[in-house]
Amino acid sequence: MPFSKETLIISRELTEQWEKEVASAIKDNPDQKTRFTTQSDFEIKRLYTPQDIENLDFARDIGVPGVFPYLRGNQITGYRSKYWTFRMFSGMGSARDTNQRWHLLLREGNTGLSTAFDFPTLMGYDTGSPKARGECGKCGVAIDTLEDMMTLVAGIPLDQVTTSMTINPPATVLWSMYIAAAQAGGVPATKIGGTIQNDMLKEFIAQKTFMCPPEPSVKLISDTIEFGTKYVPRWNPISISGYHIREAGSTAIQELAFTLRDGIEYVEDVIRRKGLDVDEFAPRLSFFFNSHIDFFEEICKMRAARRMWAKIMRDRFKAKNPRSLWMRFHTQTAGCSLTAQQPLNNITRTTIEALAAVLGGTQSLHTNSFDEVLCLPSEAAATIALRTQQIIAEESGAANTIDPLAGSYFIESLTNEMEEQAWKYIEKIDQMGGMIEAIKRGYPQQEIADAAYNFQLQLDSREKIQVGVNKYLAREEEKIPLQQIDEQVEEEQIKRLNEVRRRRDWKAVKTSLLELKDVCKRGDNVMPTCIEAVKNLASIQEICDVYREVYGEYRDPGLY
Amino acid sequence: MVEQGKIRIMVAKPGLDGHDRGARILSRYFRDAGFEVIYTGCHQTPEQIAAAAVQEDVDLVGLSCLSGAHRFLFPRVVELLRQQGAGDIVVIAGGIIPEDDFPFLHQAGIKAIFTPGASLESIVDWIKENVKTGSGNE
Repeated sequence: MPFSKETLIISRELTEQWEKEVASAIKDNPDQKTRFTTQSDFEIKRLYTPQDIENLDFARDIGVPGVFPYLRGNQITGYRSKYWTFRMFSGMGSARDTNQRWHLLLREGNTGLSTAFDFPTLMGYDTGSPKARGECGKCGVAIDTLEDMMTLVAGIPLDQVTTSMTINPPATVLWSMYIAAAQAGGVPATKIGGTIQNDMLKEFIAQKTFMCPPEPSVKLISDTIEFGTKYVPRWNPISISGYHIREAGSTAIQELAFTLRDGIEYVEDVIRRKGLDVDEFAPRLSFFFNSHIDFFEEICKMRAARRMWAKIMRDRFKAKNPRSLWMRFHTQTAGCSLTAQQPLNNITRTTIEALAAVLGGTQSLHTNSFDEVLCLPSEAAATIALRTQQIIAEESGAANTIDPLAGSYFIESLTNEMEEQAWKYIEKIDQMGGMIEAIKRGYPQQEIADAAYNFQLQLDSREKIQVGVNKYLAREEEKIPLQQIDEQVEEEQIKRLNEVRRRRDWKAVKTSLLELKDVCKRGDNVMPTCIEAVKNLASIQEICDVYREVYGEYRDPGLY
Repeated sequence: MVEQGKIRIMVAKPGLDGHDRGARILSRYFRDAGFEVIYTGCHQTPEQIAAAAVQEDVDLVGLSCLSGAHRFLFPRVVELLRQQGAGDIVVIAGGIIPEDDFPFLHQAGIKAIFTPGASLESIVDWIKENVKTGSGNE
């Protein structure tokens, strides 16, 4: 108990008296709303007091950094010896265009790279595919073969800079290309560091970038975790992501609960399928959260996430290695909180969200550019976004002390409540037989759809406010310069791919693809053969077509 | 059986992007507003969308794209509908569409474009004003 009996008695007396005064005061000055809620519609009280956390136990529930339950962070030194990684997500047009942007970002103080791929790449299609028409280079960089990957990383010291790749169904292919590109440049797999997102469950739940059905999708992920554990020890083979769940319209609690439950599903699969001990691979599991506009809700969500994962690893999986208990996570500010109206206001929104992520103890951060609601970020907008992080780190003082909001009645109470609600979701999904079963029933999808719909109705009724959208509208919207992707990029990319096709050894490609098919059918680990195939210049679609053929294709059930 | 008098709407997502939050919210809102709604789900080709729209005899197709590929995908749907003698189906669109692209899309036959921040009600009002039900049922 954090408070003495006397303190609690006094707190109760004072609060009761205050409540009476409030009751009379609001007769003359009524509240502006009937309900005060977080962005996720979680009701917040007017005042929090010691009574709200009277059962809190300092050592059990809070503690110090680097010690169970890790509420306050994994790193014992906090941000003093090293800030979070400034990792700006970028990618557009051709591999050469993106490579140029990367060199600029590194010069400007980025400490890690993060790749956005275009939709054909994300879905495992070649640029020339009929399904890919009009998409090339639009939402990210187009990668068809190993040669594109080598252009993408040209001049980047891959043994020093870590690279995150937002890639899911074809993660085995892009990772193979990265490993092969590093080896070609003289850097062995043991020396490279980075992350592949590689989290398919959240794709079925929220982001809808899928290829094969859930079971084989999870099998491919377990292959990468096994391969990484043995041969690429500095790599995070998965980034278990709540970001997209939140962007699809979930509440913060749903984001927390579904992400952790996805994590449980992956851990179970690796143990069952690969026979690895949890402590062999759990330290390389990483996470990815959204930082939305509700400042305190986000901070509490991140604190709760760390504590919950530590409990899951210790109690559910009996992990012994302290590093298995660490929830290491990247954060991105909320794209869906930005508005096309009065876009410069997005700089303010992103600042609030980034500060929440820092106070929540993130280990890596992407700040959105103010123009991202309209187009890919321009160079100027991306620089402001990066500078926002640098201002928080080096001017604001927010990084001076670890978990500065700990002990606040409100923060600890909200952290506890979010954790409690998230456990309920996790139990419910356990009872359904796990996340894959829940997805088949459409359960998480429907929960998110309900929350998203509710929020939109609240916006329409102005119960929730978005400045510039449903309040404080501008008479005339200011025009900002937009980053355009040249339509010629597609043509040139197709030309490059055709040229590679003519030049490569077709027999070698064919042989490695046939072998990959056998490997898939046998249920063996696909990674060694996949690396062989990309080295032979097999294209992303040629490899993914093997997966589609053996494992089948998943189609969007179109729930709403 | 098509219920007489109800506007039939197909909400469709052409292309490869999975940003379906808007499409799903609108589908539900259209249903609650009394329209008949068919939602295709993500990752449809223009060919699939046009064929389904003709087969389902809809009055309106609402296209949603957030990947930037709208300049190719939206006009292609209109073109295919016209080729199949279904040029009377009203096509509207939404997503991340820069204002500079509006004239090009209008010229290609997209009747209205709704971008982020448009209220659900304003979209329903537009449909009620501009779409007549079941032209094929007379």
